[in-house]
Amino acid sequence: MEQDEIASLKKKAKEIRKLTIDSIGFLGVGHIGGCMSIIEILTLLYYRHMKIDPKNPNMRNRDMLVISKGHAGPAIYSVLADKGFFPKEWLHTLNVGGTRLPSHCDKNLTPGIDMSTGSLGQGMSTAIGLALGNRLDAVDSTVYLIIGDGETNEGQIWEGAMAAAQFKLNNLIAFTDYNKMQLDGYVHEIMNIEDLNAKWISFGWFVQRVNGHDFFEIDMAVERAKQEEHRPAMIILDTIKGKGVFFAERNLSNHNMKFDSALAKEAIAELEKDSVS
Amino acid sequence: MSDKEMREVYNDTLVELAARDGNIVVLEADLMRASGTKSFSDRYPKRTFNVGAAESNMVGIAAGLSAVGKIPFAASFACFAARRAYDQFFISANYTRLNVKLVGTDPGVAAALSGGTHMSFEDIGLMRNIPQLIVMDPCDPVSLKQLILQSAYHKGCTYMRLYRKPAGVIYNEQEEIEIGKGTVLKDGEDLTLIACGVIMVPEAIRAAKMLEEKGISAAVIDMHTIKPIDGDLVLRYAKRTAAVLTCENHQIYNGLGSAVAEVLSENHPTLLKRIGVNDEFGEVGSEDYLRQRFGMTAVNIFENAIRMFK
Repeated sequence: MEQDEIASLKKKAKEIRKLTIDSIGFLGVGHIGGCMSIIEILTLLYYRHMKIDPKNPNMRNRDMLVISKGHAGPAIYSVLADKGFFPKEWLHTLNVGGTRLPSHCDKNLTPGIDMSTGSLGQGMSTAIGLALGNRLDAVDSTVYLIIGDGETNEGQIWEGAMAAAQFKLNNLIAFTDYNKMQLDGYVHEIMNIEDLNAKWISFGWFVQRVNGHDFFEIDMAVERAKQEEHRPAMIILDTIKGKGVFFAERNLSNHNMKFDSALAKEAIAELEKDSVS
Repeated sequence: MSDKEMREVYNDTLVELAARDGNIVVLEADLMRASGTKSFSDRYPKRTFNVGAAESNMVGIAAGLSAVGKIPFAASFACFAARRAYDQFFISANYTRLNVKLVGTDPGVAAALSGGTHMSFEDIGLMRNIPQLIVMDPCDPVSLKQLILQSAYHKGCTYMRLYRKPAGVIYNEQEEIEIGKGTVLKDGEDLTLIACGVIMVPEAIRAAKMLEEKGISAAVIDMHTIKPIDGDLVLRYAKRTAAVLTCENHQIYNGLGSAVAEVLSENHPTLLKRIGVNDEFGEVGSEDYLRQRFGMTAVNIFENAIRMFK
């Protein structure tokens, strides 16, 4: 990937970050921590890798994304709005009664969302189902899956891990948003998931570990993962929960935080100042 | 059709369906030998997915498959299909408005020697609480086949209990069996027996004969679809007869009896007796032993009916 492309992705990520901070701030409360940590991976996927068409959100041979950590809805909604799946105005309707943009991703409400999620661990299985279905239909597309580190506590993640390897799902590329914090505190203090690399390797996946905010690193890993022919791929993203938002970064309460438009504006202004995204 | 193993009917019907519809797929959680779908998997290995002992994963995978147009039939013992994978069925399949056909085998006392841990007396109850879900308990091989065929093309999730062993044929092949419509197996003027499933429908028929000998004319209804319950049929007979007895291989809470009670209370309050398990856990024993133990017998239905009629 060339320097100018990386620069362009960084610029886009900043925009997506701002849209997300703004939408949550407008509502007054939201999962800012886990949304900020996946901005880079979402930007990379939607602006560089995924075969999608905003005019045709259900096209059969599209690449798909399952955000198993479904509470990160606001982050993907910013991407989808920016891409033109729905009007940007919707972003201010986050979680308002009757909205098309609920807390947790809903494929029946939001154009561009491929699977409803919210109960942790379930996206793992549904992603496998999508990948198996694509294989049955000989559809040349990739199912991307984003799971959380807290979510990695769920048994269903490991049921899925066994199955994806058993079924040799080479059309499934998963990411763990390893931001080291879950709801009640640090992952290593609540329910440690280390040695995470070793776990996925032992389950038969092709494993890579990268800086989850470095476009070059993530992109290399995705390209490498696509070459796997006989097994699913897991890319563990080392990320920072709340990345880019001064009041959220490393704040133990950043899983779900209250903040208003004024604070959101401050955070956005801080982002603007930052030459690095 | 002669007496056939119900699971053979399940497998054969799916094989028949799969031959004309490439979207039919089968999922198992290491109970393929129990469900009887080995021959389906031999014929259609690419369309069979055995996930091992991971029921939650199985249901989620079924949901994902249905999201891209497949028609997945996923089976496990009713206790696991309903209790263990409940959140996955609820959210991944139903809340997401997908198309999973979940099958719960060995319902209630049919679990027999597997014992109390495997004895699902609450699956109908759990499933009734899932919005818009179709919940069925077929009583014979003929109706089973019809209900499987209809489930496949119903737009939305279904839950079906599947008794695995041989079951006596009750319907003739020409009979029209329809999801959501109960069938009057025997007409009657004095009492109405409403039953579901392989265990209780034949017992209700036998009880009706015993009542006949006492000069009591009992109607027998096979309510194979507990949700949506055929309220019109229930009321038609409630208005015609003095009382209603429901008979199920299930707790008397939240199953067929409760569904019937809801219809009666809101529309035409009628004396009702629910026959089934009385808030007890299951236990090990032969099916015959367990039927006696939990009152799932013609004699028990008969005795309750006589008491009501007095």
